[in-house]
Amino acid sequence: MASIRVVHYLNQFFGQIGGEEKADIVPFSKEGPVGPGTALVQALDGDMEIVGTVICGDTYFNENLEAATEKVIALIAGFRPDLLIAGPAFNAGRYGMACGAVCTAVQERLKIPVVTGMYEENPGADMYKKQIYIVKTGNSAAQMRKAIPALARLAGKLARGEVMGSPAEEGYLARGIRRNVFHEQRGSARAVAMLLKKLQGEPFDTEYPMPVFDRVTPRPAIKDLSKAKIALVTSGGIVPKGNPDRIESSSASKFGRYDLSGINDLDENTFETAHGGYDPVYANQDADRVLPVDVMRQLEKEGVIGRLHNIYYATVGNGTSVANAKKYAHAIGEELKQEKVDGIILTST
Amino acid sequence: MVKELEEVVDVPVVHVCTVVPISLTVGANRIDPAVAIPYPLGNPQLNRSEELALRRGIVEKALQALSTDVTEQTVFQ
Repeated sequence: MASIRVVHYLNQFFGQIGGEEKADIVPFSKEGPVGPGTALVQALDGDMEIVGTVICGDTYFNENLEAATEKVIALIAGFRPDLLIAGPAFNAGRYGMACGAVCTAVQERLKIPVVTGMYEENPGADMYKKQIYIVKTGNSAAQMRKAIPALARLAGKLARGEVMGSPAEEGYLARGIRRNVFHEQRGSARAVAMLLKKLQGEPFDTEYPMPVFDRVTPRPAIKDLSKAKIALVTSGGIVPKGNPDRIESSSASKFGRYDLSGINDLDENTFETAHGGYDPVYANQDADRVLPVDVMRQLEKEGVIGRLHNIYYATVGNGTSVANAKKYAHAIGEELKQEKVDGIILTST
Repeated sequence: MVKELEEVVDVPVVHVCTVVPISLTVGANRIDPAVAIPYPLGNPQLNRSEELALRRGIVEKALQALSTDVTEQTVFQ
């Protein structure tokens, strides 16, 4: 019996190559399943076979989007696949971006069905959910056991060209596609039923969710930099050596505020990174590579800027939920407003 | 974070980051592309003065972004 040839895309971590120190590894392929692919094989229908796995480092992929996509597609095409499965990426941002980009490119260029899995807040989900099927997963690899069967089920449906149900029925992120269906009740009756529920304060499902435009109005430019007070904020986890507030390396539960009075340069004896989502070697050697205090002091001395605000704020943006990021930024913002800063430089890794 | 800071403090905020598509998706208004994920404002392959010049260039671009009026998301190349 002819089997359905599946190729699986993974990052360096799930591809069992290594952690952040291997995140800049260039794409390569292996025959058969690797890591979560082994569990995926168990969950897939009997006539579906993972013929190969393509692995690429998350940092390499995101820093070389176009070149990496080309290389990954070529490797995938080499296996003559009928279907591509990527991830799942959970809430890993760079991995999610890579899974989304690979799936979208493969769907377009190789004309085969693709599916991946992510947590809703993964930036890759927002970016690619309209183009591809993204199975909704939990926010960490602890949810792998739940994610695999869901991914396998959707992969089977896609491979067989079966009719896809609604996002809620099938467990994927809404793609914004509207399909005509015949409903036993006419629209006016459904609308009245909904209104009655609403009036009674009961939950109801709208048939036409409004898009959420979560944007802020750009604030006017600083008129005179030489009089401006500029603040530094980072999600790159730069903290005084020893991490006094014990900011967690992932899913940080807090942010820190640190004094820069009298500090003209961050060095390896005084500052380090608490971030667990990138290779810390370079930031630990010289934290100015993430939080540019040395250059800001230079510019302050030369009068290019009025002054550098003497407190900087840091958290770790690794697996952080949007709700927490917003909460920390709100608290930081309240303080910076009190301090009457004129502009903010936020650095991210 | 970048949006909330702009909203709460009511001053311009510039996002210095390497993966520009993420920043665009998130909704930053002023974006200053950086070097690499583990060292956005540096490059360990350069000598000290070259690296400092590179960092200064990126920060100057950030300041230019803060002192430029924008009406929509703008990437300062």
